[in-house]
Amino acid sequence: MYSALVNKKEWFSTLVVWMAAALVTAAFLWLLGDIIRYGFGQLSWQFLTTPPRNAGREGGIGPILVSTGLILFVCLVVAIPIGLGTAILLAEFTTEEKNFGRLIRRSLDVLAGVPSIVFGLFGSAFFCNILGFGFSILSGGLTLACMVLPILIRSTEVGLRSVPSDYRLSAAALGLSPIATLRQILLPAAIPGLLVGLILGSGRAIAETAALIFTSGYVDRMPTSFLDSGRALSIHIFDLSMNIPGGNKTAYSSALVLMVLILLMNGITSWLAMRWQQARISLV
Amino acid sequence: MSPSQSETLTLWALRGVASIAGTVVLFIIAFLFLEALPALKEIGPFRFFNDASWHPTDGDFNLAPMLLGTLLATLGALALATPLGILSAVFIHYYASPTLGRVYRRLIGLLAGIPSVVYGFWALVVLVPIIGRIHPPGPSLCAGVLILALMILPTIALLADASLTRVPPQTLQGAAALGLSRWSIITGIALPAAKAGLATSIILATGRALGETMALLMVSGNVVQIPLTLFDPIRTLTANIALEMAYAMGNHRSALFVSGLVLMAIIAALVLFSERFSKGEMSV
Repeated sequence: MYSALVNKKEWFSTLVVWMAAALVTAAFLWLLGDIIRYGFGQLSWQFLTTPPRNAGREGGIGPILVSTGLILFVCLVVAIPIGLGTAILLAEFTTEEKNFGRLIRRSLDVLAGVPSIVFGLFGSAFFCNILGFGFSILSGGLTLACMVLPILIRSTEVGLRSVPSDYRLSAAALGLSPIATLRQILLPAAIPGLLVGLILGSGRAIAETAALIFTSGYVDRMPTSFLDSGRALSIHIFDLSMNIPGGNKTAYSSALVLMVLILLMNGITSWLAMRWQQARISLV
Repeated sequence: MSPSQSETLTLWALRGVASIAGTVVLFIIAFLFLEALPALKEIGPFRFFNDASWHPTDGDFNLAPMLLGTLLATLGALALATPLGILSAVFIHYYASPTLGRVYRRLIGLLAGIPSVVYGFWALVVLVPIIGRIHPPGPSLCAGVLILALMILPTIALLADASLTRVPPQTLQGAAALGLSRWSIITGIALPAAKAGLATSIILATGRALGETMALLMVSGNVVQIPLTLFDPIRTLTANIALEMAYAMGNHRSALFVSGLVLMAIIAALVLFSERFSKGEMSV
């Protein structure tokens, strides 16, 4: 009697858990399936290279891909040195910089939670107005640089911390200075972590929309300088679906391109992380 | 330059970039505050809740319906995503075979990487028409809740998964040896042991939901009103900023920065709160 009751409960809970997993999987496949099914038709080399025509209903996304790339470039050029330096300080100078490090970590945790629209507000007030960059690729890239810093710093720091402390001790025993140890032993060892962070950060940056609406702007022409306004791929999808009647077809294709870029980045990240782990295991 | 000089120099350079990284968030808060100040002074904090309506060009600044919209969308999304996310983690650990669990975890990871504009676009062209057929008009709180739930589910599932991984296997084996059924072990032992991690995952998902802009802007109708049913359109604080920032001037613009400041304050409080939780778990 009792065991029958337990069995019934057990059977029911198993059903619920499997149904939850099936529901999530179904939603995912539905979304992905639609994007592929409706986006694949217009996809061609021409779509990727020609400028949009008729407000984006026809033509391609050439200049938009260029703008997206330039925004990402500005973002990384600014974020890499700051991120790398901060990660080194946080991971390697823990004893000297205990309180300073804790303060920075706390502030980065809050920064990681800032909503993207708030980054947009800040970017438009600071980079566009006060520094006078206006609606430009430069403003957009700088705003995104602030946004990807926490993720970049976190994964580089994890990379540095995973270097076995034997390395540091042996280096110290050989009389190498901390800075020389850093340059010749720790940095090369931290490169995989930095790479993972870079790719993760880039993925977040090209997925971003809200932070770019009032910083890099809407102009869909081919940009000629960093001070030109440039429309990012994500903004293109937003504009086509909200403001352009009949823009859904090209919006689907642009969404597919964006998804492929992001899946590619995710793939490279997990491949790198896996290889990195294997390399560490073979070292031990 | 002697080695010790170059070392001091490097250390100071590192401190310099780390200070930049650490002050970004202070800079953001300072700028929000600076731009919000005129509205706080001239309109005063109380009118943001007591004014007749939100007609900033006519001098009415009631933010309450939009704050309510943000809160309702967040609560609705949490009500759906919390059980599904935790059951997803339970599925990975205690129901799926190792291979299936890996595949499912990868799938959740992909779901986490999809840009919010793609979620918004898909919901706009697929979900909104379906909801419109069940109960017009279609763009509504309901559409916002559904897509937001799908977007924050990966955050909950991945963090819950990580905290279930940390439950010591001996505890579970002991419970199994006592003859407890699988479901009793999960609800009686595994989930309580992972409590702190689960709470953190829900808090972080709340932060993500509060700050989400694009998807809600695209599907929830953007009518400034207090919704009476699930099928009424709403406007969230974030969507309001994205919609009006482009043309807002003077006090209107300043009022938008006030709403940004409110969001930022809620999220900073959540992040610091969640840190206390995760510390509690580490000490266990």
